[in-house]
Order: sequence, then C-alpha cells, then structure tokens
Amino acid sequence: MKTDDDLVFRALADPTRRHLLDRLYERDGRTLTELESELEMTRFGVMKHLRLLEEAGLVVTRREGRQKLHYLNPVPIRLIHDRWIDKYRERQVSALANLKSELEETA
Amino acid sequence: MTTMTEQATQVYSVFIRATPEQVWDGITKPEFTTRYFYGTKIDSTFEPATPYLSVAADGGETLVDGEIIESDPPRILRHTWRSLFDGETAAEPPSRVTWEIEPQESGVTKLTVTHDQLEASPKTAAGVAGGWSYVLSGLKTLLETGEPLQG
Repeated sequence: MKTDDDLVFRALADPTRRHLLDRLYERDGRTLTELESELEMTRFGVMKHLRLLEEAGLVVTRREGRQKLHYLNPVPIRLIHDRWIDKYRERQVSALANLKSELEETA
Repeated sequence: MTTMTEQATQVYSVFIRATPEQVWDGITKPEFTTRYFYGTKIDSTFEPATPYLSVAADGGETLVDGEIIESDPPRILRHTWRSLFDGETAAEPPSRVTWEIEPQESGVTKLTVTHDQLEASPKTAAGVAGGWSYVLSGLKTLLETGEPLQG
C-alpha cells in the first residue's frame, strides 16, 4: 500500500512537478491555461503532472465561477520535514552534545 | 514578482486519521489548541456574530481576535481574523478563515483551511503563511498520536 509519504516523495521526484510547485509558490491560485503557458509541454502533460501533485496533496484546487484555480498546499512538505528532517537533525545535535560531554569528561 | 508569503488567498489541507467530530474538537476546544496552536487557548461560544479569540495560555494576552461568521459542527467553521501579536498586522483590516472538515474513506478526515480576504492585509498574509503548515502538522500529530510535536 502506498502511504501519504510515498505519494509526496514520488510527486517531488520529478523536475517538471517541482517547477510547477515553484510557479505556484511565486503566485498562487492559477488556472491550467496560465500554468501551461509557462511550460514547454502539452496541455495534457501539464494536467497529468497536476493530477499527481493533487493526489499527493501538494496542490489543492478550488472552483471560482467557471475557473478551476490551483493552490500550492505546503502542509505535506511540512509533515515530511517534521517526520523525516527534524528527527535526524535532532540525533545529529545530540551526537555532538554527547561528544562534547565525553571530551570534557576525559579532559 | 510576488512571493507566496503575500498571497491574498491561502489554502492548506491535511488528511488526519480521526473522525470529523475529533477534528472539530481539536479546533474548538482549548485543551487541544494549547498543545498545537502556539500554546494558545481558543475562547469562543461559536455562535455567529460572537467573538473568536486566541489567548496566550500563560499570560492571558489576546493574540488573535475575530468574529464567528458560520459554525456548523462538525463540518464548517468560518470566522474573521486579526493578528494582534504585532502592531503592524493589528492595524490591517480583518481577513477571513474557513475550516472545512470532510470525511474520507477508511477513517480519514480531510481538513482544509482557507485564509482569504487578505488583499488589504499583506503583513498578516506574510505572517500566517508559514504558521498554518505548522499548526496543521501539529494538529494531525496530536490527534493521531495523542502527543504534541516534539521540539
């Protein structure tokens, strides 16, 4: 079974999808047509990438009148940060702290 | 070029392994909010046109104020928002926050927070941009594990 993290890592593993996230980071709430105009890619290709980003929760869409607007949702990246990055950084810090106390004890 | 930190409409969404009722309690009960919402207690009766306040758990200082627009447990909560913790944001016009709770398959609930009407409040928009991810990540962890985020 694919977990939420799998979907996010898979979505982030592609340069076009990271590029789309960066475009939304610059300006949020864009239509497919706007996003497509900034990529050397067919409309179908952009749709496919946006769908994977949406499945991973990295893009959220809202209807506004006849338009479908795409918003960057940074929460899954924050969850990866809290789950995968903070944890290992903490271990690094405590390793340094242990080294310090060991060195000071033997000194 | 604008940056995301000044977006007039911001959308944040998270999937939580909990029922809609548990998510609603997580948002509306002070014993939960103190553990993930920057240590603040929520203070509101959730009746339309009554205050929505977020108060520092230790000092009693009001950090966010607003007014309830709509409350339909456990589906939707909508209120205005003014960040009071900084003089510049406090002087900006109120913006609007909408919490939408939707049950999904297999015991998962989708929570979406939309912070909009920020067009005339760029300082507030910048101030909340990183905060909502932190808050929703913390709420998810608290509801799923019973423990707040470490650190």
